[in-house]
Amino acid sequence: MAAAARPGPGVEELVLLEKLLGLPKGSKYGVQGERKVPVLQTNNGPGLTGIMTIAGYLVKQAKKEQLLGSTAEEKAIVQQWLEYRVTQVDGSSSKEDTRIILKDLNIHLEDKVYLAGNIFTLADILMYYGLHHVMVDLTVQEKEKYLNVSRWFNHIQHYPGQNTEGCSSCGRICGPFLPH
Amino acid sequence: MRLRLPVRGPAALKVLAAAAAAAAPVELQWGSPARERAPPGPGAAPTLELESGALLFSPNAICQFFFLRRGDASTDLGTQWLEWEATELQPAATTALYGRLVLGRTMAEAVGVLREPLTHMEQSLARTGTAFLTGEAPSVADVVVWGTLFPVLQEESSVPAELPALRTWFRTMTLSDPCRAAADTVLVPTALSELTSHLRQQPGPRGAGAGAGAGSGSPAPSPASPPEDEGSERVLTEAEIAAATDAWARGAAALPKPWRPQTPVLPVEGMRNILITSALPYVNNVPHLGNIIGCVLSADTFARYCRLRNWNTLYVCGTDEYGTATETRAVQEGLTPREVCDKYHRIHGDIYAWFGISFDYFGRTTTPKQTIIAQDIFRRLLARGFLLQDTVEQLRCQLCCRFLADRFVEGTCPMCGYGEARGDQCDKCGKLINAVELKSPQCKLCKGVPTVNPTEHLFLDLPKLQQPLEQWLELSWASGHWTPNARHITRSWLREGLRPRCITRDLQWGTPVPLDGFRDKVFYVWFDAPIGYLSITANYTDQWERWWKNPEQVELYNFMAKDNVPFHSVIFPCSLLGADDNYTLVNHLIATEYLNYEDGKFSKSRGVGVFGDMAMDTGIPADVWRFYLLYLRPEGQDSSFCWSDLMLKNNAELLNNLGNFINRAGMFVCKFFGGTVPSMVLAPEDKRLLARVTLELHQYHQLLERVRIRDALRCILSISRHGNQYIQVNEPWKRIKGGEEDRQRAGTVTGVAVNMASLLAVMLQPYMPSISSAIQGQLRIPPDCFVLTHTFTCTLPHGHRVGTVSPLFQKLEPERIEALRKRFGGGQAKQTPPAPQPPPAPQPPQQELAIATGNSPEVLAPHGKQQ
Repeated sequence: MAAAARPGPGVEELVLLEKLLGLPKGSKYGVQGERKVPVLQTNNGPGLTGIMTIAGYLVKQAKKEQLLGSTAEEKAIVQQWLEYRVTQVDGSSSKEDTRIILKDLNIHLEDKVYLAGNIFTLADILMYYGLHHVMVDLTVQEKEKYLNVSRWFNHIQHYPGQNTEGCSSCGRICGPFLPH
Repeated sequence: MRLRLPVRGPAALKVLAAAAAAAAPVELQWGSPARERAPPGPGAAPTLELESGALLFSPNAICQFFFLRRGDASTDLGTQWLEWEATELQPAATTALYGRLVLGRTMAEAVGVLREPLTHMEQSLARTGTAFLTGEAPSVADVVVWGTLFPVLQEESSVPAELPALRTWFRTMTLSDPCRAAADTVLVPTALSELTSHLRQQPGPRGAGAGAGAGSGSPAPSPASPPEDEGSERVLTEAEIAAATDAWARGAAALPKPWRPQTPVLPVEGMRNILITSALPYVNNVPHLGNIIGCVLSADTFARYCRLRNWNTLYVCGTDEYGTATETRAVQEGLTPREVCDKYHRIHGDIYAWFGISFDYFGRTTTPKQTIIAQDIFRRLLARGFLLQDTVEQLRCQLCCRFLADRFVEGTCPMCGYGEARGDQCDKCGKLINAVELKSPQCKLCKGVPTVNPTEHLFLDLPKLQQPLEQWLELSWASGHWTPNARHITRSWLREGLRPRCITRDLQWGTPVPLDGFRDKVFYVWFDAPIGYLSITANYTDQWERWWKNPEQVELYNFMAKDNVPFHSVIFPCSLLGADDNYTLVNHLIATEYLNYEDGKFSKSRGVGVFGDMAMDTGIPADVWRFYLLYLRPEGQDSSFCWSDLMLKNNAELLNNLGNFINRAGMFVCKFFGGTVPSMVLAPEDKRLLARVTLELHQYHQLLERVRIRDALRCILSISRHGNQYIQVNEPWKRIKGGEEDRQRAGTVTGVAVNMASLLAVMLQPYMPSISSAIQGQLRIPPDCFVLTHTFTCTLPHGHRVGTVSPLFQKLEPERIEALRKRFGGGQAKQTPPAPQPPPAPQPPQQELAIATGNSPEVLAPHGKQQ
């Protein structure tokens, strides 16, 4: 499990997010401080700082506010998982940290389709980006162990068309995250 | 909203201040959460339980929620402060606080650690020139930042003089009412030592003592990770491994013979005799998914489990048929009440048969036995002085010569003026109405004008029975399993004090009251309906009293949704205690919460939702419905039926996990060993697996004995997960092509796996009976192995021939699920718009309806206005 703190997190994924949201290219980003916190230059004022903040701003620019939740409850839940992403996930620096994150998420996702329950939100997108490097390095056993996380990850990545043909030699139904 | 605060620290301070600032009505609880609801993240974080049952564990999100709830919008600037607080300020403040409290550093050193974030705040406040962080009024950002700073700084004078704007801000915040009140509550004298000892238990923050907590970005000391002792994760002991290996070797011969009771099932001396009821569904509604999981399916799963444990078990249920609603329905459909009941009783029976509900007897309440038993209980109550008589004002239609039950009157709502209000409730304003208050009332049948007449009614004297009831409850609660909601609801009824309740009604369709002066009246449903349990059993066997008047030998389990609790825990026991005939009273009262539908509320008037008969023609097998409903069973909190989640659970758990494992195990036997179970030579790894499975099996029993049906299902899935992993690691499909040793290994792995499949077939039987019997057929498991013990033994030994193996489950495709969602959403579901990929952005489900679990309240609930 490679889980080293990623160099300069943020700007890259914000650009990906812009693309996903269908926003025009051309935003100007900088970074700030030792942690390379992204800063977005806006037309007015000192700009916006931080992944959560900028991502929320982009979603509103793209008029996809539903990704931030519609009720007070949903909004708070989305906020909570965005915060979890920028503190716990981005702050993880050891295998042990990663294990705790996967375990927490696995429990949380046991009875949910998405992080905020049954609605797809910005929290899923940012968590997906934040965990991508961890997930692709998991062993078969780890994927089984964190089955709910694997399922969620798979779901976000491959919705709606999954490959679930039975394997001719081992009988296993193979998805991208359940290789035989 | 329940707010739980484990530790008196900065997090508690900010959420309390925010709750006060935004006037959020919270119910405070100090102390750690129950283990099962422990949130992710730092263990000492406050948690807020939302109305939906979701849990917020981030202090900032909780604060944010309070302000959003009040109507404050979230702004980019506010979010930016919250993000900054979580990523920059908190790590530094934690380091500073740790230094002060644990390492004994000075205030100057602590402030030194905070220098960078404090300066950032000063610059920002000075630049904008506003009094608060996001403008001229305090917002969630101010409360959150203050809550983190206050425990470190405590006093305004701790803020360095060269940061004047910050000083002013800090003073204003500290003096504001919400913050002051929160500080008084949280930072009581004992709090400091509590917080210190809490911090001491945490590993020191990264970079503690090395200046500002820059670099890591971790907001708090990482939580002490709990020891891995939970369930399947824990380390096995040598003794457990040895015991599991021994049990395995004993084989099927060591299993007890399955108990096959005579028909009718009657209590047997020396055996555990279990009597199970599920709340009687009201006859004229087709049961929906909520009814099914709330009552009959839960009870069925438990009854099947009891039978597999060789407990002598009787499971009875039936339709509740008397009452106004049936009479009204009969008028609507142009039938007699009897014809209506016959028709719907059959519909109920067919639906439950399709769901595989294993009643020993499914009866009905409109039988001569009901009259005999109800009248007997009534006479005994009368003789013992537990009935009162009183006069009630009621509407009477002179043309029809009858008193009008609430549903037989219509008129103008006295509250809102709506012209077609019913006698019990106005459909427009929703207010409850007392029928005599209706303006210009009309008889629903003849449109005549009813008049108000006094009429005599009988009341059960509950106050007189409260004391014996409380004595009995104390015993039942000490020895039985009552779900927490059942205890809670009962307690609140008792706390308010019991009042006399009317047990008669002016109707024809009911059990006649055998007393002069009341001959034209019938018993009120809530008095009559629970007696149905007794009369239904009496229709099953003449020796019904051996079940119902035999508390020494019989254990009674009542299953229901929570709306039915008072009738089973207070009123019916009072009737039986008052009648004083050595009745069997409930030992275990198992109540579910509600099942919602796609996160929305139930709308009966729109006639939407998934009902039993519709589930049949979705093409989704009954066992998949059973699985999903039991997987979601609202145990402890409400849950939601969700189509996409149904698809997910089917594809991930049934197809990929359980079905995949069982199918592979059987397929290997067929493909590699010609259909005969190979010889097995257990390696240490296999023995560990046996012990692992045994542990899950024990957990399964522990949970089911406490009727934690949903949780026990996880044990089954966990065993098949272990099985899949075992096959993955050992790769029998490769080893079978290898040398002698590899082929033996392939044989052992296949043999152990197919025996796990055999165990799973038995454990699964209470949940998915058809699938269980399909596995039994495919693997040719001997019928005598269908018994549950605490050991995992080799039931399919070397040489056993399996049958033809085929897949057990089918994949559910998104298109099909989307079509079903639309079909059952009252035609209101919108098409999912094309979304960018990946990841996509599906719209939230548009239709809104929920399903109340269990019976609709009127099944047993009186309208309570004749009291």
